Amino acid sequence: MTEDTDLLREECQSALAAAADQKSWDAVRVSWLGKSGRLTGLLKQLGGMDPDARKARGAELNQLRDELSRAIAARGEELENQALEARLLAESVDVSLPVPRAARGMLHPVSRAMEEITAIFATMGFSVAEGPDIETDWHNFSALNTPSHHPARTDQDTFYLPPEEPGQSDRVLRTQTSGVQIRTMLGQKPPIRIIAPGRTYRADHDATHSPMFHQCEGLVIDRGITLGHLKGCLTEFLRAFFGKPDLPVRFRASYFPFTEPSMEVDIGWSRKTGEIGEGEDWLEVLGSGMVHPRVLANCGLDPHEWQGFAFGMGIERLTMLKNGIPDLRSFYESDVRWLTHFGSDPLSPALLHEGL
Amino acid sequence: MKFTLSWLREHLDTQASMDEICRTLNRIGLEVEDVTEPGAALQPFRTARILEAVRHPDADRLRVCQVNAGPEIGQVQVVCGAPNARTGIAVIFAPPGTYIPGSDITIKAGKIRGQLSGGMLCSLRELGLGEESDGIAELPEDTLPGQSYADFANMDDPVIEIAITPNRGDALSVRGIARDLAAAGLGQLKPFLAETVEGTFPSPVSWEAERPEDCPWVLGRAVRGVRNGPSPDWLRRRLESIGLRSVSTLVDITNFFTFDLGRPLHVFDSEKISGSRLIICRGNGETLRALNGKDYVATAEDCVIADSAGVQSFAGIMGGMETEVSDETTDVFIECALFDPIRTALSGRRLGIHSDARYRFERGLDQAFLPAALEAATRMILDLCGGEAGEVVSAGAEPDWRREATLRFSRMAELGGLDVASDEAVTILEHLGFEVKARDSAQVTVHVPSWRNDVAQPVILDPAPGMAGDVFRKAEESVRQIEPECDLIEEVLRIRGFDSVPSVLLPPVTDPLQTACTSSQVRRALAGRVLAARGLMETIGFSFVSHEHAEAFGGGAENLRLLNPIAADLDQMRPTPLINLLLAARKNAARGWPDIGLFETGPAFPDGRQEMIVAGVRAGHTPREAGAAVRAVSFMDAKADAWDVLSTLGAPMDGLMTTADAPSWYHPGRSGVLRQGPKLVLARFGEIHPRLLNRFGFEHPVVAFEVLPDAIPGQKRRRRTALSLSPLQPVRRDFAFLTDRSTPAEAILRAARRAERNFITDATLFDVYEGDRLPEGKKSVAIEVVIQPGETSLTDSQIEDISAKIVAAVGKATDAVLRG
Repeated sequence: MTEDTDLLREECQSALAAAADQKSWDAVRVSWLGKSGRLTGLLKQLGGMDPDARKARGAELNQLRDELSRAIAARGEELENQALEARLLAESVDVSLPVPRAARGMLHPVSRAMEEITAIFATMGFSVAEGPDIETDWHNFSALNTPSHHPARTDQDTFYLPPEEPGQSDRVLRTQTSGVQIRTMLGQKPPIRIIAPGRTYRADHDATHSPMFHQCEGLVIDRGITLGHLKGCLTEFLRAFFGKPDLPVRFRASYFPFTEPSMEVDIGWSRKTGEIGEGEDWLEVLGSGMVHPRVLANCGLDPHEWQGFAFGMGIERLTMLKNGIPDLRSFYESDVRWLTHFGSDPLSPALLHEGL
Repeated sequence: MKFTLSWLREHLDTQASMDEICRTLNRIGLEVEDVTEPGAALQPFRTARILEAVRHPDADRLRVCQVNAGPEIGQVQVVCGAPNARTGIAVIFAPPGTYIPGSDITIKAGKIRGQLSGGMLCSLRELGLGEESDGIAELPEDTLPGQSYADFANMDDPVIEIAITPNRGDALSVRGIARDLAAAGLGQLKPFLAETVEGTFPSPVSWEAERPEDCPWVLGRAVRGVRNGPSPDWLRRRLESIGLRSVSTLVDITNFFTFDLGRPLHVFDSEKISGSRLIICRGNGETLRALNGKDYVATAEDCVIADSAGVQSFAGIMGGMETEVSDETTDVFIECALFDPIRTALSGRRLGIHSDARYRFERGLDQAFLPAALEAATRMILDLCGGEAGEVVSAGAEPDWRREATLRFSRMAELGGLDVASDEAVTILEHLGFEVKARDSAQVTVHVPSWRNDVAQPVILDPAPGMAGDVFRKAEESVRQIEPECDLIEEVLRIRGFDSVPSVLLPPVTDPLQTACTSSQVRRALAGRVLAARGLMETIGFSFVSHEHAEAFGGGAENLRLLNPIAADLDQMRPTPLINLLLAARKNAARGWPDIGLFETGPAFPDGRQEMIVAGVRAGHTPREAGAAVRAVSFMDAKADAWDVLSTLGAPMDGLMTTADAPSWYHPGRSGVLRQGPKLVLARFGEIHPRLLNRFGFEHPVVAFEVLPDAIPGQKRRRRTALSLSPLQPVRRDFAFLTDRSTPAEAILRAARRAERNFITDATLFDVYEGDRLPEGKKSVAIEVVIQPGETSLTDSQIEDISAKIVAAVGKATDAVLRG
């Protein structure tokens, strides 16, 4: 009994075409190429044939086997692709779904400003000093050449606290962080280069005053420090802080009891647009001066040997200017909408090498 | 301090522009706060003349006027409704485009009832100057058309307001300002000449000063036969231009001297003085009705002026109504005194009286300028009020105000950073009134002028408590030498301008190991970043809260209560920032944001100490989201926040214990304390006590934590231990323990971890079960233990041994038994 290979081929191909899924495809594969498959059966019969007939028949069947193997594999791949297509279709999702609101918190703009200020002064060799919020009258005023009758003291509405122990004198909530400067001069020998950021308090509450706000003061004591260094240091700082290498900076004569000469420092801005560094107007941002000899002497430093400069700035004020925040009171309202808007990302700390 | 340009020019011969004057004032330390030009808005208005006014053809009440508005504008037709608009009168004309301040409109050219009208004829009210009137303003007949009205009416005098620093009492006068400007090169200071007025009769009133330290020197002089009344125009205008009210000629003269020369004076109605002596003494409980109409009690700390009837004036602060001058006054007594600045300042502060006199006395007056000022004042009274002057009487004597100061020229550069030529430095000082006493190539010694109380003051130090005597004496001696020199350097640089000092960078610091921040500061920064990254918003709250709230959080000590709080709810130093955070969370909820997390890193004042606390709250619920169930915040959220912070700050997390004894503001059953060892508290966390939630007005749950960052022991920067990584896979074994409901899971985990230190690298909890399949009061705690073999694999029996050790260790540490 012989079968025509063309017929066999056709029969197999139509069986493959009829196999609509991988299971029926596999049945076709087994029924042709499996151990008891039809083609396998025909190949087994070759053994009983005479050599000539076997050779011709063998070549014919081997060719058929190659063809059918390819056809089966191709069909298999086709079905596999179809199945995958169908699965992918079924698995599709709405990728426009919003990501879970694992809200990122924000750092307060005052914290950010303090970081920036610290980063800039750190490059100039300053370190950050701190002191208590509740001060003695001496640390806050007297040591700073501001005795109780001094007219400068009426400008600072001071909060008072009872003495720590009965019989001692009243304490004050520091009106400035100058007490930290005093403590530093008493606690370490010059050279000194510190900044003292922190909370300060004045009994004043209206649209432009808060009973608590933040200041950053600075102190440099060494031999041979001049007013030129003061100007260089503060000009550098202001230009770095506002990110304007050409920021106009003006030093204007003023008066503070604890410095002489004393200066207020203005930066250029436009009253009309509020743009820093543009326009014809000036805006006061800092107070500064050469440390008064009496302050040095009160701290046991001989003003013949040591001299230097000090400065102070309102952190909220600088922050408002830099970020265009209109209202001082909003800093303490803890309104999450405001904090979200003006806060800064905790994963972008103030790093000079990444840019402020 | 306010003055006008014309007033300044009375003392300063200058051609400088306003811009130049303001720039110079700013440079030399007389900060310009405001410049107003009252006439600026009136510049566009022109004087004009009505050449012809005829009735409007179509309106009875309107007139069509041909107006000559001067050579620039020419002849204009204006339709005007004023009844007095008639041919020939001089008027004020507003050309098109002019803003009319009195009516808040801008004039346009147009037609009125068919007749062209190219502007407007104005009343004074429309210029914002006068009262309502029937018609347009009529100017004098001979007025030349075409002038700016502001110039015509002398309203082009700018008013300058400057801030005077407390050291510059001498600049609280127009003359003082002129002197500074002249020194800064802006013109010549005009000479001040006081003509001597001979007294023609003995003074009916004499002075007696009880305490020379309160009043070293006082002059007085009677003037009789005066007529008081309204001031002449020039005086009234001068005072009104700087915002003072004109009262009467005599009062206005004293005010004029206060501002013109910085020399406060007082004038008594001498007929109202009882007796013939005015005594300068201390108060003794008397009540004085001051010139402001209010009653004040004079204490033994107040320097007063009294006659035989009682106290009549607070010296240097304010006079009394009893002896006030009036329109009927005919005889006066002028007071010209020096009072102690400190006593004046303290009295004024205690009495709460702010006056122009006090302001000047407490900043220090010219100590020599009494006789000349009195002569000038007498002259002005005679000129404006008539009368006859008596002889000058006095008490005390001119104080010894003479001081010297020395400037070494080299110090200009060494301290001031600017090498100023010695000639220039000396010239500046001379222009400011310093007189050279001696000079050589290295230094100059000058006499300090009598008005500069701020230069070369007596040195008063207030040294740190406990300073060694020799250290202090040396420093004090240096101050004596250096301070007057600093004063002079400041004067020279101030006038020269600080802008001319070249900027120099600080020399670099040579210590490469120096870090800017202390470890405590770094911890706070890290904590902030961790918490913000965990979704909390950073806030800043006031360091004071209400004492009721403070008490609820363990605070409220009497000695931490403000003596002068600004508000009742801001009167107590806070024991924890949690109070501020809860108030903030509630406020946000009231705004419609109940589900939030906040934190604050800031000072707190529990039991008297100041300590840094990192506190946070989470309120409400997790967000509503597809595929995730909404749940209320739980103690675990707060614990996780605190845990993450402690971990980042380098606390030894493996060794931490959790105890269930959080402070009273937490829910007693849902809160805990994280400790290192039994004593050291690093953090607290949990639900806020329901009673407090109720009190703060929350209707949703709130959890909170407080981390004490400075409590974490500092670690030395040590080399890390060598790391050995096993090539073998770890074995993971699960154990379920049956235990009492109250047994802390942490105890089971810790016992399991420590059961076999060589092989157990971790033990984690993966299930806690309580329910009816267990006996009453019991729970099942399921943990996974990681057993890490070293160089060789573990045999089954080794693993069984380790498992048995785990069960035994847990059973020993707690009541837990392996669940069968």
